[in-house]
Amino acid sequence: MLLLLLGIIFLHLAALVLLFVSTIVSAWTTGESTTSDLWTNCTTSGCITASTGEWIQSVQAVMILSIIFSCLSLFLFFCQLFTLQKGGRFFLTGTFQILASLFVMSGAIIYTVMSPEWVPEGNSFGYSYILAWVAFPLALISGLIYVILRKRE
Amino acid sequence: MLTFLALTSVALLGIVPEQSQAIAIYTGWERHALVGSDIRLSCSFFSWRWTSEDVTFSWTYRPDGSRDSISIFHYTGGAAYVDNKGPFRDRLEFVGNPGRRDGSILLKNLELNDNGTFTCDAKNPPDIVGRPSSVRLLVFEKVPIQAGVITGAIIGVVLGLLVLIVVIYYLMRFLVARRVFSLSVSKHGKKKKEGSQQRQIKV
Repeated sequence: MLLLLLGIIFLHLAALVLLFVSTIVSAWTTGESTTSDLWTNCTTSGCITASTGEWIQSVQAVMILSIIFSCLSLFLFFCQLFTLQKGGRFFLTGTFQILASLFVMSGAIIYTVMSPEWVPEGNSFGYSYILAWVAFPLALISGLIYVILRKRE
Repeated sequence: MLTFLALTSVALLGIVPEQSQAIAIYTGWERHALVGSDIRLSCSFFSWRWTSEDVTFSWTYRPDGSRDSISIFHYTGGAAYVDNKGPFRDRLEFVGNPGRRDGSILLKNLELNDNGTFTCDAKNPPDIVGRPSSVRLLVFEKVPIQAGVITGAIIGVVLGLLVLIVVIYYLMRFLVARRVFSLSVSKHGKKKKEGSQQRQIKV
């Protein structure tokens, strides 16, 4: 029982850490000497703020929202752990975590769809982009586990 | 002591008018405009002297990335001379009022190449010592969105919806609980009335 609890919390925290790194580090696109998006574009000669187009801002907003919802879900999990009746399901926790995963998914999809404009020829996707795509199934699985799990003891 | 005071006062009287004879020129700091629009670049000055008849205004333009300035406007002897050969020919108009110390010009039909620094220099004889003032012009194709506006809007809307849903949920629970409570109270009330009526009849 304790092992299951620790495993679930570890999965949730892993998804949360991936979300944080993916959002904060500006490395969605990398070239030979440049890294860019979501917040700054850096070359060897210096950094400037990223373009202020509507779609970049929407990706920023959606990633931040996914972090907020994942944190809320973790907080709710601990609340429900102590207040739920025996046999109850962690519905609220699961919904917030699934919403967070949906936000990451939409952010990654928007970035992929706009990539012909944003990722110039010769540049490739950076590790922040890949972490976003990895965080999406982790958060989704974590949310589904919460919805299926029943409180015991 | 008295001579010392007299000397300092004479020195001060001597210094202050010297400084106050500098002319101070005011333009904007930076101006933004859209391609194809008109923009008024204002220039005015402050001088301790009356506005003389020989007041002159001159504007020079230095394109972004270039080190050379080109003269585009000059007002002297009561007449305004606008650019008729340079980058602003037929696009420049004098809209100032030299009598009111205003040497503003109007640029029409802006192009993307008009990005640059415009310097205004005014002279009000005998008040001629002063620093010219510059205004930077930025021409945009379309109005750029400020960074963070849409981000903040999306986050605000979603969190607002969340708060709204929570509030509505608790409100519904509260209302339903109150209706159940009032129903049970009315039931209790009816039972009490019937009970007291029966007792009265018995008595």
